[in-house]
Amino acid sequence: MAVDPQFREQALGQVGDMLAPGQTFASIDQDITGLVLNKKAPKAWWLAIFVSGILLGFLMLAISGLMFYGLGIWGINTPVGWGIAIVNMVWWIGIGHAGTLISAILFLFGQNWRVSINRFAEAMTIFAVSAAGLFPVLHLGRPWMVYWFFPYPNTLNMWPQFRSPLMWDVFAISAYVLTSAMFWYLGMIPDLASMRDRAKPKIQKVLYGIHALGWRGSALHWHRYEVAYTLFAGLATPLVISVHSIVALDFATSLIPGWHTTIFPPYFVAGAVFSGFAMVLTLLIPVRRVYGLQHFITLRHIDNMSKIMLATGLMVFYGYLNEVFFGWYSAHEYEMYMIWNRMTGPYAWSFWLLIFCNGVVPQLLWSKRVRTNTIAIFCIAIVINIGMWLERFVIVVTSLHRDFLPSSWGMYTPTFWDWALFLGSIGFFAFALLLFIRWVPMISIFEVKEVVHKMEHKHEA
Amino acid sequence: MKVQTSDWELTRDALLNGKRPGQPTTLLNPPQDDDTAAQQEIVFQREAERRLDLAVVRERLSGKEGPAFWQSLEELAEEPEFTELMAREFPRLAPEMTSVDRRGFLKLMGASLAMAGLTACTRQPTELIVPYVRAPEEFIPSLSSFFATSMVLGGYAIGLLAESHMGRPTKLEGNEEHPASLGSSSAMAQAAILEMYDPDRSQTLKYRGQPVIWLAFQQALQNALEAERQTGGAGLRIVTESITSPSQAAMMQRLLQKFPQAKWITYDAVSRDNTRAGARMAFGEFVDTVYRFDQADVVVALDADFLNEGPASIRYARDFATRRDALNHPEQMNRMYVLESVPSLTGAMADHVLSLRAQEVETFVRALAREFGLDAAGPDLHAEQQRWLEAIVADLKAHRGAVALVAGERQSPAVHALVHALHDALGCVDKTVVRIDPVEARSEIQHEALRNFAADLDAGAVKTLLLLDTNIAYTAPADLALAAKLESVPFSAHLGLYEDETAVRAQWHVPMAHFLEGWGDARAFDGTTSIVQPLIEPLYSGRTIQQVLAVALGEEDHSAYDLVKNFWQSQGLGEGFGSRWRKTLHDGLLADSAAAPKSLRAATHYPAQALAEEGLELIFTVDSATWDGRFANNGWLQEMPRGLTKLTWDNAVLMAPSTAQRLGLSNGDVVELSVGGRSVEGPVWISPGHAAESVSVSLGYGRTHAGAVGNGAGFNVYQIRSSEAPWVVAGVSVRAVGRREPLATTQAHHRMEGIKQRPIVRVASLEQFMANPAFAHYGVHNPAEDETMFPLYDYSKGYQWGMTINLNTCIGCSACLVACQAENNIPVVGKEEVANGRSMHWIRIDRYYAGDLDRPDVHHQPLACVHCEKAPCEPVCPVGATVHSSDGLNQMVYNRCVGTRYCANNCPYKVRRFNFYQYADETTPQLKLMRNPNVTVRTRGVMEKCTYCVQRISKKRIAAERDHRELVDGEVKTACQQACPTRAIAFGNINDSQSEVTRWKASPLNYALLGDLNVRPRTTYLAKVKNSNAALSNGGAA
Repeated sequence: MAVDPQFREQALGQVGDMLAPGQTFASIDQDITGLVLNKKAPKAWWLAIFVSGILLGFLMLAISGLMFYGLGIWGINTPVGWGIAIVNMVWWIGIGHAGTLISAILFLFGQNWRVSINRFAEAMTIFAVSAAGLFPVLHLGRPWMVYWFFPYPNTLNMWPQFRSPLMWDVFAISAYVLTSAMFWYLGMIPDLASMRDRAKPKIQKVLYGIHALGWRGSALHWHRYEVAYTLFAGLATPLVISVHSIVALDFATSLIPGWHTTIFPPYFVAGAVFSGFAMVLTLLIPVRRVYGLQHFITLRHIDNMSKIMLATGLMVFYGYLNEVFFGWYSAHEYEMYMIWNRMTGPYAWSFWLLIFCNGVVPQLLWSKRVRTNTIAIFCIAIVINIGMWLERFVIVVTSLHRDFLPSSWGMYTPTFWDWALFLGSIGFFAFALLLFIRWVPMISIFEVKEVVHKMEHKHEA
Repeated sequence: MKVQTSDWELTRDALLNGKRPGQPTTLLNPPQDDDTAAQQEIVFQREAERRLDLAVVRERLSGKEGPAFWQSLEELAEEPEFTELMAREFPRLAPEMTSVDRRGFLKLMGASLAMAGLTACTRQPTELIVPYVRAPEEFIPSLSSFFATSMVLGGYAIGLLAESHMGRPTKLEGNEEHPASLGSSSAMAQAAILEMYDPDRSQTLKYRGQPVIWLAFQQALQNALEAERQTGGAGLRIVTESITSPSQAAMMQRLLQKFPQAKWITYDAVSRDNTRAGARMAFGEFVDTVYRFDQADVVVALDADFLNEGPASIRYARDFATRRDALNHPEQMNRMYVLESVPSLTGAMADHVLSLRAQEVETFVRALAREFGLDAAGPDLHAEQQRWLEAIVADLKAHRGAVALVAGERQSPAVHALVHALHDALGCVDKTVVRIDPVEARSEIQHEALRNFAADLDAGAVKTLLLLDTNIAYTAPADLALAAKLESVPFSAHLGLYEDETAVRAQWHVPMAHFLEGWGDARAFDGTTSIVQPLIEPLYSGRTIQQVLAVALGEEDHSAYDLVKNFWQSQGLGEGFGSRWRKTLHDGLLADSAAAPKSLRAATHYPAQALAEEGLELIFTVDSATWDGRFANNGWLQEMPRGLTKLTWDNAVLMAPSTAQRLGLSNGDVVELSVGGRSVEGPVWISPGHAAESVSVSLGYGRTHAGAVGNGAGFNVYQIRSSEAPWVVAGVSVRAVGRREPLATTQAHHRMEGIKQRPIVRVASLEQFMANPAFAHYGVHNPAEDETMFPLYDYSKGYQWGMTINLNTCIGCSACLVACQAENNIPVVGKEEVANGRSMHWIRIDRYYAGDLDRPDVHHQPLACVHCEKAPCEPVCPVGATVHSSDGLNQMVYNRCVGTRYCANNCPYKVRRFNFYQYADETTPQLKLMRNPNVTVRTRGVMEKCTYCVQRISKKRIAAERDHRELVDGEVKTACQQACPTRAIAFGNINDSQSEVTRWKASPLNYALLGDLNVRPRTTYLAKVKNSNAALSNGGAA
């Protein structure tokens, strides 16, 4: 089945196609494995890995400085005990929501369009959650004692304190990162086998071979695989909901006005999906262009993801309105002041910028023209990423800096070291993602083939 | 508290069998750097005594005079014997001294104690460890002992008890027997312990900056005085601060007899000249006034901060507070009017306060005096002042014989004299005020004496100059330019705790013994003779004033102890001296030695008031932390938020909001203050309640030779102070220089913010309180105890600790804050960290303003961890590092803490403190000695907070258990409670229905701060009650 280039171009313009027509099993194998095995890394990749390498250096610097001097190098102080380290943690975990949502929940719902993006989104999830995991450890006063968080048998007869939401975080995040990683790896096994089969150099054959875990593509393998994958999807689905709900409980269980809010768990989950899809789009749009993947990641994907962003964005915005309403409706002195302070206090800029980023800008997504314009979507996704970071900043910092007793009020200004760690975590994330793009098929080959198979049958019909 | 007999004599006798007299008890071998010259000195001296090397040196030197003498000593230092002596002795000592850890310290201690009697003055090598075969009496490791002593500030004694752990003083408390303390203390008294261990203190006797030995100094001083003998001491000047010490005074007297032409100049930068001149104006002689505020129904403070300043402030605060007892005797509440230029802690306690420029206060006082038939012409008052006058006059007339007027030091002599006359007119003498002969040994108008001294220096008449415990190079008014003149004196010697501005300008500098290191005596404000008893051998071989005077007198080189003891033996204590002396040492004071009341009448006619000077007025104030600058190197005081400004580490140009607005200035703007052709630059701080068109600056900053802590903090206002007008000067110009300097404050918000005002400090007038005793609970939601899903813990058994703080008597003096710092080894973090919001104080004194911006009501609220029964910090800690004890304490387990800071975030009171860096100094040996051994020194990354002084609770509880008895109320005192001058803090077992704290908690005034959160704090507050005068309240002035 030869591909008519003209037809392919036309197809790309059509929303509704999850793949450009004219794909054969061979061309898919060729295209996707070729990205890793045959092509040299494009210049853009080298540039990106160079920049992220520098940022990774920042991470090393930030961690060394932190260990050497202590937490004092950050801007935190007595009213504001948590600064942007915690903002970053929540932000990264939120980003880490898209991958598992796409691969698990959309899989269970039979959304076939997910196949072009799920591998990439899952990889992003794992790296984002790993980046998030840096912060709760590094923000400790004595990070070398972090193992006390785990319930391990010891001669002190000391257990962690299970009433603490930070303790729940340990379990929620570690369960999430482990499940996501296994799910991702499981879904990759057939493709790793394809890589093994197509790789030329011995070393590649061996390495891909080891990681393919002896996959031979027998019917039995496929049967086991399907069962396992479905089970994993079922297991991962509640985790998508639980992890950010529990992160939300870090705040909701406290009594600080602005934290002490029952709406937080669902609102955090919606926010997480919102920011997760924004980050997937932020990354996929350039990757798609650089690697010429328009025939796998079509405008249909971008359109669908934009719709999810719009929906979750509206939920988040509803959350903001709710907070304001209940602040007033509580008739509670401290709650009312907290809302007033958010809107008019010294950090009011962050609140209004947040409303602009997460409330106003996503309304553009109602328009189909915007949703199918990759540049516009890319820009909107960036704005949403910023907005979601600001949301956490507003929650963490503005709530803490003025609570009950005016005598203890203060201000928080992040220092160089705060930012260095944030940039460093971006570097870590990007570096890992770039290595993934270079060495692993970033699109699920066999799942795309399945879709092609289905499309062909539709044509025949 | 049990005071143990502090009979050093017995200990000495037990320890120093056969030791020759005059040798101090070796209770501690101080740690010293191996290269300190102090050690050189000790070594040299001891060697000299044994081998008589120096006899040869002295012989060689005796034929020479003047500068050549010293050159030759330096040459001598190069001689082989000398060099060998140094080289051999040093290294042997070095290893035992360089690092003294706890074990090493105990070894040294044991060795030196046990061996002292056998070995006299030779230090033993560490290898020879002798166990306590004969333990010194009352010397039990792990238990502390208390010794009575006195702190001398501005010449006057404040009686203290010093806690000693294994020979190291670690904490100071007030002496309950002492009239100036009554068991309480002040921030400065609390911080004195840090001063003693200050590693920046002068450690070496120096001649022109070079280390020399005591013997050389003795010789040089005696030679210089020998030369003076011919002229009867015409060239001899001795400068001291005010001296009340009988033994020092007697020695000075002997010295002046020996040198009849010599002059003794006393000078305090915190001068009492106006008080003295006022008394002389009223009575024709110098007289001291002692107040009895517990007898006063009405108090009028005229620019006087008597609750916080002056030698009797601790006592006065206590007496004043006894009449503010809304809890038990609301009908006996006194009423205080304050007229002041600079907002003070006394003004914050007032029922009515009027802001006046310092010069206007005199106008007011004259008008008041005229109302009582005194002849004191002055201008008429403004309408508002007239209204005040009428109200005050009516109140004074209604309370004849039970009123007290206090004039502040910055007010003119006429104001002081009129106050004396008013006391006569109102029949207060011997009721609320007592007049006594001056307590100080020498009363003079000090600025006059200092001017004469400066003239003598100019004329070259001063040949031999002794500067004893004074820093006049820094504190003298700028117009005298003393600092430069001192350098031209042929022989000058300085005795001081620090190598300060004066030390570097004198040829000789002798390290002084701190009051915890050297024997002495002094009198309290009421004349009570107090003993200064040392707790430790001088860390840096410091000498006392008496020891230097003994050299000057050519008397035998007595120990400081003998000098004081022999003096008292000669003072009619001869009969049965041993036991009387022992009792005196034990009590810390000589029984019944208060001065007798004097019967005098003040003059009733006074010359008319001088015309007030026009223009912006500049006021110099005493700093509540550095005093006159002497405590500039004291980190605890530097970091103590100042009473009303809450500034740390700096002084500032204080001004009223209206003045700042007129001048277009805001906080932190640097201005140049110019007056009398001199100027200084400093940052502005807007101070609500300050008199308009008046700016004030505090003394004691901008030091150049204070030490590592104090150098460079703030700006030096002595540079614009003149001897003619040391307190108030008109016509100052303020010019912004266009620069900003950040100031570190611990509290940036002053209002009880909110859409409605938050119910943080709850206040009512006395009438409102009488009508509605439970006013503190109106309009506040107080959840019921069982408003919880969870079963309540049974706290009905055993000891349950609780605290209540009486906001009505808290004067905001910060004694509790420094006491807490001393007791709990709380680190100092520095200006930058304070500005970052990371000060470590476990207790903070919140200060709120209410009402008018120009003259707000001020409320203080001390706030430490309130030990919530439903503590929000506890469930959020992931590792269980903060937990609840069965006796109701919210405990912090430092070892377990990983530093998530979640507990601090979730604390609604924000009283948890985090070690963002390694704040505690774990290396300086002196500071290691200072620490309370019962409190962990915290490391980086760990949370900390108030523990209710759990170490004190445990100590007493263990002692009681050993005796098979229950603790009684008042036995356990927290550090803050014990220090509080007004007894505003009650602490005890809330299961004991008779305990003070339970009685306080039963009062309708009792309320829980943020009680609506249902965290159920164990620390509660007694609401504030103001005794307002209806005549003034209507005008809204209060």
